[in-house]
Amino acid sequence: MTVILQSSVFDPGATINEFQKQSINCGAIVSFTGVVRNNEESNLKKLHIEHYPSMTKIAIEEMINVANKRWKLSNCLVIHRYGNLKVNEIIMMVVTASSHRVDAFQAAEYLMDYLKSRAPFWKKEFTDKGSNWVLSKETDEAALTRW
Amino acid sequence: MKLEMIRILYFSWIREGVGASEEKLETKSENVKELINELKLKNEKYNSVFSKLDNIRVAVDQKLVNFETSIKNAEEVAFFPPMTGG
Repeated sequence: MTVILQSSVFDPGATINEFQKQSINCGAIVSFTGVVRNNEESNLKKLHIEHYPSMTKIAIEEMINVANKRWKLSNCLVIHRYGNLKVNEIIMMVVTASSHRVDAFQAAEYLMDYLKSRAPFWKKEFTDKGSNWVLSKETDEAALTRW
Repeated sequence: MKLEMIRILYFSWIREGVGASEEKLETKSENVKELINELKLKNEKYNSVFSKLDNIRVAVDQKLVNFETSIKNAEEVAFFPPMTGG
């Protein structure tokens, strides 16, 4: 079980390949990759991601611990970037490994839902029209209730 | 009552609003709500940032808590908006 926080870019394909090599006796690997998308109303020049360094890793490890109790995982990886990102760059990745796909899928979804609104990251968009902090969505908060 | 030295961190628009990412404060406040009231008295910037608490979250010693939580013996209190990870 690994949590990596970094400002630098990473290769999701190579990450999955390496993860698979390290995940012994698993029958299923599920991954989710988050990508910076353009702003619908104005061109996104950059996305700045701020985080709370001494809390972020602890909060994500706690999410993984809970997922590990609920589903049978043989391995799990979360990578999340911070700093300045451009459109189409990879923001983050969740990879889960299990004997069967249902556990791997559900644990990945659970982790994504919790990363959205319980991991201490904040995004600021810089566009043609200025800058603004991305607001949290009620739907993201509501998504937690299904777990 | 004994004064306790506490480290306070601010993130996102709260950091921009108060004009600092962190500070140290000697406080008699016993819980988060009292600390907020104490901060609001510092100046108009703090008063404005903490005027509505709906969009403010708090962590005490890196753990997400509510405004009633005790800060006695705590080392670090962080204020930030609802998180937008992923």
